[in-house]
Amino acid sequence: MLDSPAKKHAKKMAARISGGVHVSRAHDSAHRHVAGEALYIDDLPEPAGLVHIVLGLSEKPHAKLKSINLDAVRASPEVVAVLTASDVPGINDISPTHRHDEPILAEHLVEYVGQPIFAVVARTREAARRAAKLVRIDYEELPFALDVEAARPSGKLVTDPLTLARGDAAAGLTKAPRRLKGRMEIGGQDHFYLESHIAMAIPGEDDEVTVYSSTQHPSEVQHMVAVALGVASNAVTVEVRRMGGGFGGKETQSNQFAAIAAIVAKKLNVAAKLRLDRDDDMVITGKRHDFVVDYDVGFDDQGVIQAVDMVYAARCGFSSDLSGPVTDRALFHADNCYYFPDVRLRSLPLKTNTVSNTAYRGFGGPQGMVGGERVIEEIAFALKLDPLEVRRRNFYRDGDRDVTPYHQKVEDNIAKLIVDRLAASCDYEKRRAAIREFNRTSPILKRGLALTPVKFGISFTATWYNQAGALVHVYQDGSIHLNHGGTEMGQGLNTKVAQVVAEEFQVDFENVRITATHTGKVPNTSATAASSGTDLNGMAAQAAARTIKDRLINFACEKWKVASDQVVFLPNRVRVGDTEMPFKALIKEAYMARVSLSSTGFYKTPEVHWNRATGSGRPFYYYAYGAACSEAIIDTLTGESIIDRVDILHDCGKSLNPAIDIGQIVGGFVQGMGWLTTEELVWDDSGRLRTHAPSTYKIPACSDRPRILNVALLEDVENREPTIFRSKAVGEPPFMLAISALQAISDAVACVGDHQIFPALDSPATPERVLAAVDRVRLARSGG
Amino acid sequence: MGLREDRVDMRKCIQFLLGDELVVLDRIDPTMTVLDWLRGPARLIGTKEGCNEGDCGACTVVIARPAGNKLEYRAVNACIQFVGTLDGCQLITVEHLKSNDGALHPVQQALVDFHGSQCGFCTPGFVMSLFALVHQGKDRPATNDALAGNLCRCTGYASIAAAAEAVLAKFKGDAFAEQAEATLARLKALEDGASIIVGDGARMFHAPANLEDLASLYEANPDATIIAGSTDVGLWVTKAMRRLDRVIWIGRVKELHDIHETESALEIGAGVTHTDAMGPLAALYPDMGEIWRRFASVQVRNTGTVGGNIANGSPIGDGSPTLIAAGASIRLRKGKTTRTMPLEEFFIAYGKQDRAQGEFVEALIVPKPASGTAFRAYKISKRFDQDISAVLGAFSLRFDGGKIIDARIAFGGMAATPKRAKKAEQALIGNALDRSAVIAAQQALAEDFKPISDMRASAAYRLKVAQNLLERLRLELTEPVVATRLVGNTELAHA
Repeated sequence: MLDSPAKKHAKKMAARISGGVHVSRAHDSAHRHVAGEALYIDDLPEPAGLVHIVLGLSEKPHAKLKSINLDAVRASPEVVAVLTASDVPGINDISPTHRHDEPILAEHLVEYVGQPIFAVVARTREAARRAAKLVRIDYEELPFALDVEAARPSGKLVTDPLTLARGDAAAGLTKAPRRLKGRMEIGGQDHFYLESHIAMAIPGEDDEVTVYSSTQHPSEVQHMVAVALGVASNAVTVEVRRMGGGFGGKETQSNQFAAIAAIVAKKLNVAAKLRLDRDDDMVITGKRHDFVVDYDVGFDDQGVIQAVDMVYAARCGFSSDLSGPVTDRALFHADNCYYFPDVRLRSLPLKTNTVSNTAYRGFGGPQGMVGGERVIEEIAFALKLDPLEVRRRNFYRDGDRDVTPYHQKVEDNIAKLIVDRLAASCDYEKRRAAIREFNRTSPILKRGLALTPVKFGISFTATWYNQAGALVHVYQDGSIHLNHGGTEMGQGLNTKVAQVVAEEFQVDFENVRITATHTGKVPNTSATAASSGTDLNGMAAQAAARTIKDRLINFACEKWKVASDQVVFLPNRVRVGDTEMPFKALIKEAYMARVSLSSTGFYKTPEVHWNRATGSGRPFYYYAYGAACSEAIIDTLTGESIIDRVDILHDCGKSLNPAIDIGQIVGGFVQGMGWLTTEELVWDDSGRLRTHAPSTYKIPACSDRPRILNVALLEDVENREPTIFRSKAVGEPPFMLAISALQAISDAVACVGDHQIFPALDSPATPERVLAAVDRVRLARSGG
Repeated sequence: MGLREDRVDMRKCIQFLLGDELVVLDRIDPTMTVLDWLRGPARLIGTKEGCNEGDCGACTVVIARPAGNKLEYRAVNACIQFVGTLDGCQLITVEHLKSNDGALHPVQQALVDFHGSQCGFCTPGFVMSLFALVHQGKDRPATNDALAGNLCRCTGYASIAAAAEAVLAKFKGDAFAEQAEATLARLKALEDGASIIVGDGARMFHAPANLEDLASLYEANPDATIIAGSTDVGLWVTKAMRRLDRVIWIGRVKELHDIHETESALEIGAGVTHTDAMGPLAALYPDMGEIWRRFASVQVRNTGTVGGNIANGSPIGDGSPTLIAAGASIRLRKGKTTRTMPLEEFFIAYGKQDRAQGEFVEALIVPKPASGTAFRAYKISKRFDQDISAVLGAFSLRFDGGKIIDARIAFGGMAATPKRAKKAEQALIGNALDRSAVIAAQQALAEDFKPISDMRASAAYRLKVAQNLLERLRLELTEPVVATRLVGNTELAHA
């Protein structure tokens, strides 16, 4: 139904634009997602003659390549070419930290099962897949280490370890009234983005190439492709409209496939596509690091921590990739919300003959925090206190207990506020009593409860990454073209940034066109990672919009002879002196007067600095907080468990888009819960990953979400720092709310031993691990 | 050939409705998947490939077929279904849902309204599962069960489930419902009862229309691959890259689609889907309903068959141990000859069944429970829904005067084949189901089975949990106040 002109006019004069900031607007692509009209790279029309690439993979975890016989592969029907390392025209390395430890295609040595050795190019993907199986490789097998314990004796590291220290941990431990030591194993996690890795390269003139890549980091793909081809970065253009999920798995892992597609495209002068089959994706690409954490903690009779000494040993895989910053971030989050008076935290980034582990939502932070929360839990057991009480006694406190192990002062501490509010709203005390009663009368099924907080540091610890650019055009008809360096992987970044631009210009959201991330429009971008997408790109886009606005104001002042405060941007219109005109009328006037209506914008996060050598600085601009209370129920005969109810209170500052933020919180929680419960990566003794498809690797399904799920955003507390409209980053912090789920299961296990025996439940808490913990507790309780 | 290709009643093409457009294909690759056909020749790219093995649901499409005087809408995985099996259906994809004026379908709109998409890659699959769900009327499964076959990595499902509840509460109909009668008439007009043969001689797709044709075709071509839903065979093609040159689809063999109830048993044709078998099995043995509720996913149950799950001989299929415990038998046919044997005897060794060349599964005979029988079946897996069992234990105990007079216990995941726990059965027979009998049976179980360790569970866990399931069984049959189940219809525990 069409609106009448009067109604149209009234709408235009509305008090507020549609889709400004702090509004729950739907994801900009929602209507396309549901209609199957959102285009992913494999949906783009294929250029004529496009060829398909399939990779041939190592079958050995560590071996010299004595010979590779590709005759049968080359002779296979429809095969166009087969490429090996010698076909890489530039440098055969895609190490994101330039350590030259990660070849695009293995040359003489393979270091994990699944490492790409050659690329088959064929007219159809099926033909390439069939052909790849026909290779005959002669390996000379070498000794290998698959996991942390196997790698520890050799001590081979993929990157420099980090130590964070403050005070004297050894002395603190010695003089503490009580002390305990323990070890925890924390499993890894596959990203399981629904869209597996893909790149399509289209050759251009001379040395030019355009690559469509499913990546969180187009600038790095551009750089890596240029290096692989041996050309300058200005010859390479990378574009990504959207990914079908990323979660960190497409921060560096896309480089390899983009590089191979580009090499093939340039070599054969034809468009080339490399789309990984799900199983290949899971075998070839890196995952969340699994850790073994050793802890030694001293505390007093009240459960107040005196000293902490911890070692975080990680399975990094065969190359460094991002293992340095990931294991660093684990240490940065070992403290979570708690003050450690004397502390030493050390990382051990171990080299293993497995896939090179990589970024994954939280970037080591979750593993760090799980270790820290395990310490709290065990102290509570030692003193027969409720773990929540021990948490409260150890919170950072302004004034005397506010310095982290990396010497950053915690200035925005709201952990206590959040925990107090959540404990009240979720009826913690009452439910604890009710659960005790339930467990008394239920011999087989047992319930457990846990409330855990989150404090997560926001900013890239690689300080130079904390910059962003944007490009805004206003066309003569008043429509706006928005581009920025961030990438859309489902998190709603584009929606939020467009809200910012709509708000700045005071035009309806629908007037802002969101466009694909493109290295030709905004250069030298950082990865869309570390939860920073909106913080960085929102500010850059705001800067671009403000530049154009300032030009419009200057123009209006000159033309209509008013002071600048007489030019006011109202919803979809502008008031100049006493006259109001539609936004687009002003734009038309400005264009005719030759005012530039296009601008870049730039932002760098202020105040952050970090000295890794001394382990001190201010790596984080601010912290995002949250807390969750989980209630679990377990079956003590089978070890099965469910997370029955979850209450969450989370801090998004002044939320830019509450609906999208809640989506991130729920999605993050459930993904975290999967990591800590059903998602188990299993390698066999010969180094083969046995869980390489959804049939064997179990992410949460619909029924696994908590039956009762109450999620609230923290009200009335905005970001103390001047972030974009005082909002806070939300991508990663909620992931760690799921630690409450693991500890709730642990609490349920503990009741079979009357809470006298510590369950020491490692993750993931699969039925098998839960049943083993139940039996262990039972046996210890019966004095066995 | 067995069947003469030039027989006048033989059809040499497949035909179906794509949305409301008639598609006739006379040259098809017998193993081309529906997904590859959609995204390739049909250029309908809304349907996504997430895993290519029927486990993630991103490729979910809906197939409508006549069921009596109604249309039945069923969600299926396009990635492991072959295009020939579309014959006679209406294929509905995400592209078909918007109305002519461009308005979103109610399920699409609900997902937008409840913020049910983030990256959007899984979304078309959810849309289609929900589309099937709203068209299913009163007998539809609960939302969690209906969506168990659709994985989403972004949302945590809460927004999707909220959208589902909202649209179910107010769905009044859509263009498909309005067109249902006309569509039904068009589909019925396509149903010519003809056996189908399509191919180039070297690569053939057959769809015999009756048992006689199937039997003679397979007897003459014992190297052919018989498929029903191809929920297993599909993976041979998409993952193992096996080339199947002759495929026989039993979806048109009328006689195999019957469920026949006699005084003492249920006879389930080999072509009956899990979805259709579920209700009648649950009516006889309520716990079978629980097993089948968690059997794979809606999409797999809608095409996969009970007969296929058994014929493929998998040691981890949930159907076989459950039916073995119930005392089911299997009827095989070769040409005109049939033979029947107890189901447990069908499984000889890993990957080996007692099936001769050219012989196929015709039906399963599931006896009704004898009086005094208690039946329980338990599935243990890492994830409750859509997961392959680490252990499946099924128990049928017959009591007389408080004593166990007969016991049939079968396990999946404990040996190279689905297998009875004969020693544990013997330990129970003659005793009351008390602690000491259970302990004896648990000990016997360790002699019955030497399970293996793999990515699903260790050998030790498998044995331990199998033993513990005997204790669960005891509690459920003798101590009604004790809660023993975390999921499903927990009232069945002590029924």
